[in-house]
Amino acid sequence: MMAGLSREKTANIVLALLLLGVPLAAVAAGEPFYVTLATRIVILALAAIGLNIALGLGGLVSFGHAAFFGLGGYVAGILATHAFNGETVLFGLPSTTSMPVIWLVAVVLCGLVALPIGAISLRTSGVYFIMITLAFAQMIYYFAVSWPDYGGEDGLSLYVRNTFPGVNTAQPLPYFLVCLGVLAAAVCLFWLLRGSRFGAALEAARQNTTRLSAVGIAPFNIKLVAFVISAMVTGLAGALFADLNRFVSPSMASWQMSGELIVLIILGGKGRLFGPIAGAIVYVLFEFALGGITERWQFFLGLMLLGVVLFARGGLLGLVAGRARHD
Amino acid sequence: MTDAILELTDIRKSFGALKATDGVSLDLRVGEIHALIGPNGAGKSTLIHQISGSLKPDSGSIRFQGQDMAGLDMAARARRGLGRSFQISSLAPEFSALRNVMLAVQARQGSSFRFFRPVAGDRSLTEPAMAMLERVGLQDRARVPAAELSHGERRQLEVAIALALGPKAFLLDEPMAGLGPDGSKRLTGFLDALRSEAPILLVEHDMDAVFALADRISVLVYGSIIATGTVDEIRANPEVRRAYLGDAA
Repeated sequence: MMAGLSREKTANIVLALLLLGVPLAAVAAGEPFYVTLATRIVILALAAIGLNIALGLGGLVSFGHAAFFGLGGYVAGILATHAFNGETVLFGLPSTTSMPVIWLVAVVLCGLVALPIGAISLRTSGVYFIMITLAFAQMIYYFAVSWPDYGGEDGLSLYVRNTFPGVNTAQPLPYFLVCLGVLAAAVCLFWLLRGSRFGAALEAARQNTTRLSAVGIAPFNIKLVAFVISAMVTGLAGALFADLNRFVSPSMASWQMSGELIVLIILGGKGRLFGPIAGAIVYVLFEFALGGITERWQFFLGLMLLGVVLFARGGLLGLVAGRARHD
Repeated sequence: MTDAILELTDIRKSFGALKATDGVSLDLRVGEIHALIGPNGAGKSTLIHQISGSLKPDSGSIRFQGQDMAGLDMAARARRGLGRSFQISSLAPEFSALRNVMLAVQARQGSSFRFFRPVAGDRSLTEPAMAMLERVGLQDRARVPAAELSHGERRQLEVAIALALGPKAFLLDEPMAGLGPDGSKRLTGFLDALRSEAPILLVEHDMDAVFALADRISVLVYGSIIATGTVDEIRANPEVRRAYLGDAA
């Protein structure tokens, strides 16, 4: 039992060192492109950590988390575009290019949007929950498509990357480090949540909602709070993603994106602290390595996903570390 | 009637044409074990579900500690002090035995929206939970996931969880189910002492246990209670003998 735990810890440390070390080495070797690739990994991992709170801990298979990813992206894009044009946003609210402010707005907005979506969706479960979260995400997706002020289907470009106090975010490495810092904070948040009383109730809700009710804890409230926190983290990732690409488009809120986030978690190991990170590393590297050879790289990703689902239910981390255990 | 902690009045529940609960009235008094017996399909589980809040009666009232429970869901009823165990073990299978009980302790403390402090070293959770495991004799299996416990151990764990809630009344749905003779005997002794803590509404098929434990017995047949009385009265009741006990009694 202890050996299994420490093996997962070892794997986590190796992943963390790789994530920090490879971009530094790439800069030293004069290959900044790899830093951008690593930033993409970090941001996708962050989005998936958000989803992992709902899906991994709570067993809530949200097929609509791209909605929050997209919302976060549009917050960054809209605030920055207005700021660039020297305008205010809706109702005369000030625009900004400051990342911390943008993040705060993205997180709060995603929380506010997730609250009614969660409250309605959580009246269902299983396949119906999957479908209703998808339906909400599609509503947000088509809303973005049909809003010409912010580019509609064509998306919205950010002229320059937003700013972070004391950091030159236009350079790949400093921006990567900012994103990595946010990811580290999210990993800590996930770890704290999982170990807390709230986490115990949430994991019990995944395993057996009747048991949770019978001890007097209302599963609905627990799941709703988890869904909202989950959406907030994924929304924050969306804001970072917009800044990485200096571009947002409705595709960030598409159902393919929702599916991608689920794939990252399943690949890496659902409910595991570093599962989304392992998943994002493998996913982006696959996309990069095979995407250059064939347009059909997702075929091979599909094969690997099939292998993981059939033979390694605990994901890639489960393969390394064995079954997850409590106590 | 004043010392009745749980009072059911004319409860009715139909599934289509089937009257699963057909005008049941019964009460549970302080300090007693009230056994609910009846043949398979008599509607015992349906009745338990309505008391615990997982099913809504079509009509009738359920009062607990003088308060009407209509409109309260299962979690709310549990918080008001109704501790139930399940006919088929209902545990968090991935959690250890200890973690299962800790969940109940945390629920009793009313503190599930704490997001940061780790539970693992939280002695306000682990110590009461361990004490409950000791009471049912599971302390050596505390770290074993519930899914890996034997059937009998899971039954014990169900009881430990119900105990940890510190309920005002127990609702035990076939706690003896699937236990061997030794297990049944031990649990019988345990429940015998438990009634002084909180009264027990006991659904049970094990007649030895029922006759050994019950202060009163109600017999449910086709959704109606055909008799309520002491062990001797029930044993002597010709209608009960015909409907259920046969010649065994």
